[in-house]
This record gives sequence, C-alpha cells and structure tokens, in this order.
Amino acid sequence: MAHFSLKINGETREVDVDQDTPLLWVLRDALNLVGTKYGCGIAQCGACTVHLDGNAVRSCTTTVSMVGQSEITTIEGLSEKGDHPLQKAWKEVDVPQCGYCQAGQIMTAAAFLKQNRTPSREDIRAAMHGNICRCAAYNRIEEAVALAAKNH
Amino acid sequence: MRSTTTSTIKRRDFLRVSALTSGGMLIGINFFSSCKPDAAPAVDISLLNFKDFNAYLRIAEDGYVTIFSPNPEIGQGVKTAMPMILAEELDVEWGKVIVEQGKLNTKDFDRQTAGGSQSIRQSWDTLRQTGATARQMLINAAAEKWGVDPATCTTSKGYILNAKGEKLDYGSVATEAAALEVPENVALKDPKDFTIIGTSAVNVDLDKIVTGKPLFGLDYKRDNMVYASVLRPPAFGQTLIKFDDTAAKAVNGVQQVLQFGDKIAVLASNTWAAFKGKNALQATWSDPADLESTEDHNRILTEILDGNRFDTRRDDGDIDKAFTEADQVLERTYHSPFLPHNCMEPMNFFAHVTEKGVELAGPIQTPESTARRVADLLGRDAADVSVEMTRQGGGFGRRLYSDIPLEAAEISDKSGLPVKVVYTREDDMSAGIYRPSVKYRIKASIKDGTVTGYHLKEAAINGNMYGLIPNFFPAAAIPNFRVSTANFQSKITTGAWRAPYTNFLGFAEQAFFDELAELLGKDPVELRIDLLEQAKNNLDDRIQYSPERMIETIRLVAEKGNWGKPPKGVFQGFAAYYSHNTYVAEVAEVMSKNGKPVVTKIIAAVDCGIVVNPTGARNQVQGGVLDGLGHAMYGDLRFINGKPQSNNFNTYRLIRIQETPQVEVHFVPSEESPTGLGEPGLPPAAAAVANAIKASTGQRVYDIPFFNSLQDIKTPS
Repeated sequence: MAHFSLKINGETREVDVDQDTPLLWVLRDALNLVGTKYGCGIAQCGACTVHLDGNAVRSCTTTVSMVGQSEITTIEGLSEKGDHPLQKAWKEVDVPQCGYCQAGQIMTAAAFLKQNRTPSREDIRAAMHGNICRCAAYNRIEEAVALAAKNH
Repeated sequence: MRSTTTSTIKRRDFLRVSALTSGGMLIGINFFSSCKPDAAPAVDISLLNFKDFNAYLRIAEDGYVTIFSPNPEIGQGVKTAMPMILAEELDVEWGKVIVEQGKLNTKDFDRQTAGGSQSIRQSWDTLRQTGATARQMLINAAAEKWGVDPATCTTSKGYILNAKGEKLDYGSVATEAAALEVPENVALKDPKDFTIIGTSAVNVDLDKIVTGKPLFGLDYKRDNMVYASVLRPPAFGQTLIKFDDTAAKAVNGVQQVLQFGDKIAVLASNTWAAFKGKNALQATWSDPADLESTEDHNRILTEILDGNRFDTRRDDGDIDKAFTEADQVLERTYHSPFLPHNCMEPMNFFAHVTEKGVELAGPIQTPESTARRVADLLGRDAADVSVEMTRQGGGFGRRLYSDIPLEAAEISDKSGLPVKVVYTREDDMSAGIYRPSVKYRIKASIKDGTVTGYHLKEAAINGNMYGLIPNFFPAAAIPNFRVSTANFQSKITTGAWRAPYTNFLGFAEQAFFDELAELLGKDPVELRIDLLEQAKNNLDDRIQYSPERMIETIRLVAEKGNWGKPPKGVFQGFAAYYSHNTYVAEVAEVMSKNGKPVVTKIIAAVDCGIVVNPTGARNQVQGGVLDGLGHAMYGDLRFINGKPQSNNFNTYRLIRIQETPQVEVHFVPSEESPTGLGEPGLPPAAAAVANAIKASTGQRVYDIPFFNSLQDIKTPS
C-alpha cells in the first residue's frame, strides 16, 4: 500500500492503495466516483476516459502512481451544474440508449473541443473513434458534439 | 374528445386503489390481466390481492404524479415510454411526472421481463386503462365536492374543470378519490387527441447519465461489500482438477479464495485486487479429447445441410413437385458465426445471503425467474429472495440468463459476505451464452417467370427457430413452401441474442430474394410487393404478418430512400423484414472509397403502430440498424479446442463511429396499437447492405462477417 494525494475535480483527495492500481478503480472503489466506467481494461473502448490536466486519458491503464500532481477531472467534475455545453447538447439530442458509455464519450469530446473549437464532421468522427458505444448511438454522438461546438 | 372505446379487461381485476397515509392516492396495477389472448395468464386473477400488483401510480397532494415503471431498463427506453402512455390517459403535464424504477421484490411484483420487444405491446392497454381510471376517479371526487354531475366535468393538464369554469387540481382531491369505488368502462382518448404520446420526451435518466450519477449494477455498493472475481475453465468442456492459491492470497486486499464447482472465486476489498488475485491463481484443467473448434462446427453444419434428418416446421403445397417442374432453380448457402453479446457494462451482480433472506441487486432482464432459480440453488423459499433492478448497461439478451446472479448468491452463501461478482471484459466475452453459429440453405424454383417454390433449411448449434418464424414472409406468398430445421448439440453455451434467429435469417432470406429478383430480371422492391400481393390471398391462422402493412412500409422506404434513383456514385440495396410484431424496410447506400464499398447511409421505414415516443423510437431503430450492420461487418467469435479466440476489443471488433453511416428513420403513420422496437430494426440491415455491396461491386457476400469477404472485393474503377 502507498499513500497518494490526488487533485480531483478541484479538491485534494487522500487514498491508500497499491501503486499499480489503475486510476479507474481508485476513482470507483476508493473514492466512490462511479461515473467513470469500466469497459475493457485495455484502453480500447474509452468508457473510462477522464482528463489529466485537460487531456483525455484512459483511466483503466493509467496507474495511480503515474498521476502525480496532475489535475484529474471526471464526469462528476466536468461542470458544477451539469450544464457543460456537451451535457446540454447530449440532452437536446437525447443521445443515450443504455447510457453506460456516455460519460466516457462526453469526456473525450470535452478534451477534443478544447483543442478544436470549430471541428468538421470528419474531425469529430476521428476524435470519437476510440470510444465504443455498443448501442451504436453514434449518429447522435456526432450530432451532439457538433451542436456543442456550435454553442461553445 | 373521449371515444367510447372500452376494453374487455375488467378494471377491478387489475387495479386496486388506496389512500396514502401521507395523503394522496395510490393505484396498484397488475400486468397479468393485460396479456393478449394468446398469452394466457399464469394465475387465476380473482385470487390476486393487493401485494400482487406489479406497478404503481402515486398521485400526491402536491399534484406530482409518480409512476413506478415496472420493467427492466436495458437501453430500450421503456422507463420513459411506459409512463408516457399512462400519463396521457391520466391527462397530466409530462413535466409533473416523476418516473422511478419499480422497487423490485418478487414478493410484491411479477412478470417483469425485458425481452422479445414486448414491453410496450403487452402493457399498452393496461397503462391506458390505469390512467383513464385514475382520471375518472379524480373527476368523480371533484364532482362530489362541487355537487355536480361528473359527466359535466372534464380535465386538462392535471386539473378537473366544471361547467361553471371552476377548477381543482388533481392533488387537492387525490385523497378523496382514493376512497371512491373504482369505475368500470371508462372512456379512453381518441388517438387523434394524444398530446404526450407521439410527442418526443427525453430519456428520464438523462440528467443522471450525463453527470455520472450511480445508476448501473456496477455502481451498486453496500456496506462491507466485497468484490469477487471468478476463474472458470478456459475452454467449454474442461473441468477443474486442482489449483494453488498461494500467490493469489498474497495479493494485497485479497480476503478469501473459494472453490465452487469447476470455478474459483477470489474475494477482495476492491475490484482491482480481486482481478489481480484471480490472475495469480494457478489452476490445472482437464484435457478431454472432444473439445470443439469452429472448423468442426462448420463441417458439421454443412453435413447437416447435405443430409436429410430435418424437422419440418411448415409445409405448404408440394415442394418436390415445384422443383421437378421448375424452369430454373436457385440455391444458396449462408453462414453466420457465434456472436458474444458484449454489453458495454460487463456482467456483474450483488448478492447477500443471510438467515433472514437473500438480497440480490444488479442488471437483470428476468428478475422473477432469477429469484426462483436462486431460491432453488440455496434450498430457500422464493419468498425469501428479493431482487433490486439497476439500470443496465445493455442487455441484448445476455441478461436474460441468471448465471451471474447464481454465482453471486453461491459465493455469498459460501463466504457469508455481501458480495459483488464483477466480470472482466475477458470473462464477459469468454463465459458467454452466445448467439449460436447457424447455416441456412435456401432453394427456390422459378416457373414461367414466377417463384413457385421455396425451401429453407436451417442447421444450427443447440436448437432452432421457434414456432412463429416459419409463418413469417415468404410463407403464404409462395404456394409451395417448406421450412426444415436440424441442429447439433454443442458444449458451448448458446442463447438469445438481440432478435433471436431473425437476426441472421433476415439477412439470408432478404439477400436471397435480391438474387432471385436478379435472376427474374425484376426490380427487388417490385418482387417483394408482387409476392406480398399474392400473400393477401393465402393467409391462414398461422401467418404472423400483415401483407398490407409490409407493402405500405416498403412503399414508404422506397419513397424516402429514392429507390431506383440514386445520386451519381451511390449504389442502393433493399431489404424488408417483419419480426417482433413490427415491420421494417431498409434501403442501404454504398459508395466507393479507395476501391472499397463503404456504407454511407441507411434509410429505414418502420410500422410499429402508434409511435409512443418519437425520439426514443428513432433511437431504437438507429441502434438496431447499426447493430445489424456492425455485427454483419465484423462479428466473429471462433473457438479452438473449446476456447474462445477473442476475449477483448483488441481481438473482437465492434463497429465504431467512423464506420457508421447516417441512419434516417421514418415511421408509417398509424393508429394501430404500438408494438416493440428494441429488435426489429436489426434483421433487415445486413441484407440491405449486402445487396448494396452487390450493386456497387457486382459481387455477393454470403458469409458473416462481410469484412473477410470484402478483403477480396473491389469496386470497379
């Protein structure tokens, strides 16, 4: 066991976990931030996407010891009132079916829109290609990201 | 306007009304009595008492209406759509309706299943009657207060209005209404007057989903809960000989290792430790000689098709004569591999077995039968078992099965701890209850330019098409018609997968008709319509589809998809399929990119009767179409010596956003009672795409996954 002081969603959180523990399981099991989802464990599906200093990373293959002093943002901390342009666009388009992968989709899109404020449809599809939606809500994911970009 | 429409359902049989101690009105609803005549109630309704009601409507004194939605939510949208139906007849504003998942307990609930696209179809009448009955009771209570004839009162958006222009809100009379007699024969709305049904409402869990609130089984936690990871035989057919858990027990956080049957559970204080502990187990497995491989299955299924040991499911006319007298015969064989379900939320379940009772919680499509099976396993009374249903990160048929709740219950029973079993993705994909591999061989006879005979042979792993499907199109459309099935019993576990049977039959049949149209020199759409016109004259009691509705659906997709008039560089493919009581026709568009056919758009037309929630319905059809496309393109689970050869998304390909065409959905305007949408969009998709690939490249694909065949197929330059 090792002690870690993590900066998460603007707060400092203390945890005692093994240093090889993926950030995903620290968030979910130790800190009860369950919005970040487990999908594959090998960085193939994107359900576990969080931000480290604003960059989208796969928390399932990012161990807690790799995080250091980076600022972690999870879906719970993306906005204070659930009113990030992407969250609003997600509601306007009624994107989800089962909803399980959606937090990861939104976190990937949020980091992407910071870097590309006027994306084309092709840009959006390229940026979102790493996130699997088993319900295949892809048309609406594309539409909602485009809408959020427009309203940003 | 209220119509005089009344149903044969006896209201007092399925509704019971009582006052709430906190003020307001509580209505219990029983779904048994809403069954269609072909699904007879399993119990004598007259013996039911209040605790047997399986859904509730609460009208509080503040006017807010809470609807406890009874059926499991797996992404098919019933948690939104079912309450909409009730709210419509109750005549309240949708904004004042709160939807909660029914607090589930088999002691109080029954018949709560998500499967077969039946939730909306089977509860339509009940939900309407319940809303209308509650509305009438509120009117009666207000009329009594005013001292007027209830017939002079009406309602609007949560208020009762009288002829003098006075109004009372529902909440203010709810307690009094609960004391009144439950009326019979209340009038239902004319569908023309619907304001909630037919108006899009967003998913009721949407706020929680986009902000990451706990909703799913994997999010469910209890005090002192431990996490269990289970090691199973790596191949179907193997058994456990011995194991060494020294290294597993040395993993920080691991609390216990226990064997049950051929499986070993590692219990730990967190998920990661449980996974690590499982990986550290050293197990020795048996090595039987009869482990199965995909090569064996393919050979065996072909031998079955070449042989003559079939069951006949339907046999019209004289099929042998039709082939003897034919001018031309077309015969084609289609192959589909095993498919895992791959729900995005890996399998998981919570169980806590104590002397007092058995608590189960998690994602399950069949809570009732699961509770019964767990009770049987533990030698308990079914009444001791409670089931709490979480929102489910996909179902696709996988969560119809109770295997994971059973594992959780057994591990909790043996350890005495509250346990959550969590599957890794690798566990999920390699301990499946898969869509079985199937081969179809279809043979048709042509005489004087018409299709005179049609013989469908199915060879499947572990069981075949159930009773209804032989009575789908083209039964009745072709005078000499036979459906023959045979199967091979495998050790690999198989089961229902979204649109069971039709998910692949829809491809084989509709790809075959495209080739038949080519041989006849007919337009593929016209061939379907001609055959459906013939079917109108040959319907019998067993035929499951309406040729009229299918023709109308086909005409709509032909119009919306500009059938036969594609833009330059676009090639079209057509397919139509009826399943789960819903009619779907699709036009796929393919374009050439870098010498390869690429699906750019799919237009779908759907007749599901009245559309309850338009955006929810669109979402279901889009998802179904893309699921059909994705698995046709990439789906392929192979076995070598009983062991699945893919176990995660690096070796098993699912469709991603850049491979996704736009899916445009159109609904046939209808006043027919609604039918389901979770499945029917899927079966025609693969055929529409395969037929468009043919139009684009001149080559046909017969085997799933198409991706393999496409390696050798190029678009003409």
